Amino acid sequence: MTMALDFAKGITEFRWHGRGGQGVVTSNQMLGKAALAEGNYIQAFPEFGPERTGAPVRAFLRISKRPIQVYAQVYNPDIVVCIDPTLLEVLDPTEGLKEDGLLVLNTTMSPEEVRDKYDFRGGKVVTVDATTIALEILGRPFYNMPTMAAAVKHSGVVRLESAIQAVLERYPGKIGELNKAAMERAAEEARVG
Amino acid sequence: MTVVERVPTDKVVVEGMTGDAAIAHALKQCDIDVLAAYPITPQTIIVEDFQKFVANGEVKTRVIPVESEHSAMSACVGASAVGARVATATASAGLALMWEILYCAASMRMPIVLAVANRALSAPINIHNDWSDSYGARDSGFIQIYCQSCQEAYDTVIMAFKIAEDHDVLLPVMVCIDGFILSHNVERVEMLPTEAVQQFLGVRKPAIALDPDNPVTMGPLALTDYYFEFKEQQDRAMARVPEVFERVESEFEKMTGRRYGRFETYRVEDADIIIFTHSTPGGTAKAVVDALRERGEKVGVVRLRMFRPFPAEALREVLRNAKAVAVFEKCRSFGAPSNPLALEVRTALYDLDERPLVTDFVIGLGGRDVPPSTIVEGVEKTKEYLKAGRAPLYETLGVRK
Repeated sequence: MTMALDFAKGITEFRWHGRGGQGVVTSNQMLGKAALAEGNYIQAFPEFGPERTGAPVRAFLRISKRPIQVYAQVYNPDIVVCIDPTLLEVLDPTEGLKEDGLLVLNTTMSPEEVRDKYDFRGGKVVTVDATTIALEILGRPFYNMPTMAAAVKHSGVVRLESAIQAVLERYPGKIGELNKAAMERAAEEARVG
Repeated sequence: MTVVERVPTDKVVVEGMTGDAAIAHALKQCDIDVLAAYPITPQTIIVEDFQKFVANGEVKTRVIPVESEHSAMSACVGASAVGARVATATASAGLALMWEILYCAASMRMPIVLAVANRALSAPINIHNDWSDSYGARDSGFIQIYCQSCQEAYDTVIMAFKIAEDHDVLLPVMVCIDGFILSHNVERVEMLPTEAVQQFLGVRKPAIALDPDNPVTMGPLALTDYYFEFKEQQDRAMARVPEVFERVESEFEKMTGRRYGRFETYRVEDADIIIFTHSTPGGTAKAVVDALRERGEKVGVVRLRMFRPFPAEALREVLRNAKAVAVFEKCRSFGAPSNPLALEVRTALYDLDERPLVTDFVIGLGGRDVPPSTIVEGVEKTKEYLKAGRAPLYETLGVRK
């Protein structure tokens, strides 16, 4: 009776954290579309609410080789991505994260510092200074796509090229190209520990 | 009958789209003549996307941006009376404001397709999902179909016109999706080529159309002399829906390979407990059943699609051998002994000599998340009630008490 029930067999589940206006819903959708392009079934949805600029926002993504039946928020993600460093002071991104899960943060901290901060010993921690990358390449703090690139590289759920392609389709022209450059650099600079 | 052929895979376009966008694209391919709508969350994307198609010259549809939902449905009735293929979309308070004209649309036998992104009713104001809005309209004379996925929403809208416009039916259809949970959820959707959709539907052939050269009167006064006969005819039209639905779905299946039925059964053959629900919880329930079956529990799911007309007889045959039917529904009918979905199930089972126990769980009001654990809780409670031999008429789950 106490055996844990697995309601998400064969499904990779993401939870994203960001603030309203930072593009967390969009980067979640872009990653979903990349997975779709690679032949997967997906669900990409925000935590629904009146979206206020600056308010903490969550978004969820499910990726599976088979049609996805479960419709609910993600409570035990395989992967958590937090694109806003300031949120790390007000929430615990490891909440509900599977023991062997992947934590991806936009932060200047090292993976070891993150592990100590949240006492997270399992899985894998990836950190990337996406804010600096975004400011240097895009000239503005659009750090959602570079953070996503770090998650893509170290989760292997899709190929980085697929994620970049989804972004280029959404933002054709200069914005897309700059995001591509930021994503490639973030994938390169991300630290794992 | 139109001749449909299987659409080759290379003509199918796969896209990631929200439930709302899927409906908007279906409406576009159905070549509707008139769309009259007033924006309301979480339906808004349907009309926004459709307006983009209009602005880009992708459709010839006349969009009437009315000042209220009462006017939206009124404009739909007028356009439909002329013989146009007509659609609108709404939710919650918008549906409530349409109320008076919903009955006119159905009674005047106007084959309008109304997409509903199910949303709670005020007060307090809430933009999130439950089924109180369209359940309230269950006696309006609309056919009601509830969808689990974006693909199903797309497919159902296309089929809805063909069912509605069939001369054996001539009734409006509500195609319902869970607000936000599906309306704003990006899923994989296979889109048919537009030519295939248009060949499947053909051009609407009105039974009688308003025409200045051949004047007729529609929806006039009928008092004690004939009103009842109108209602008798309307009732018979509703009774013919299952047959037409079956025919339309068979043709759709030939074209796409997809078929949904008036309800879906999942692992029910040897089930002691059958979970009975619809829309997105119908999907979650299937994931719950898979997990519970792994530990040897005999559970299954019936996911209802067609709430009106309610497939009582067909369901009775599926449910009769279970020990219990656990109903999960996102509506409280205040003051009623149980709630809209369970009332139908209990009525369907009443004439059996040996009936399954029916439990009724009110869940997810105002968008409260319905995780698998909520459904497991209901199944566990149902097991206890089976042991005790009796159950309360209804109870709420997932609420602070």
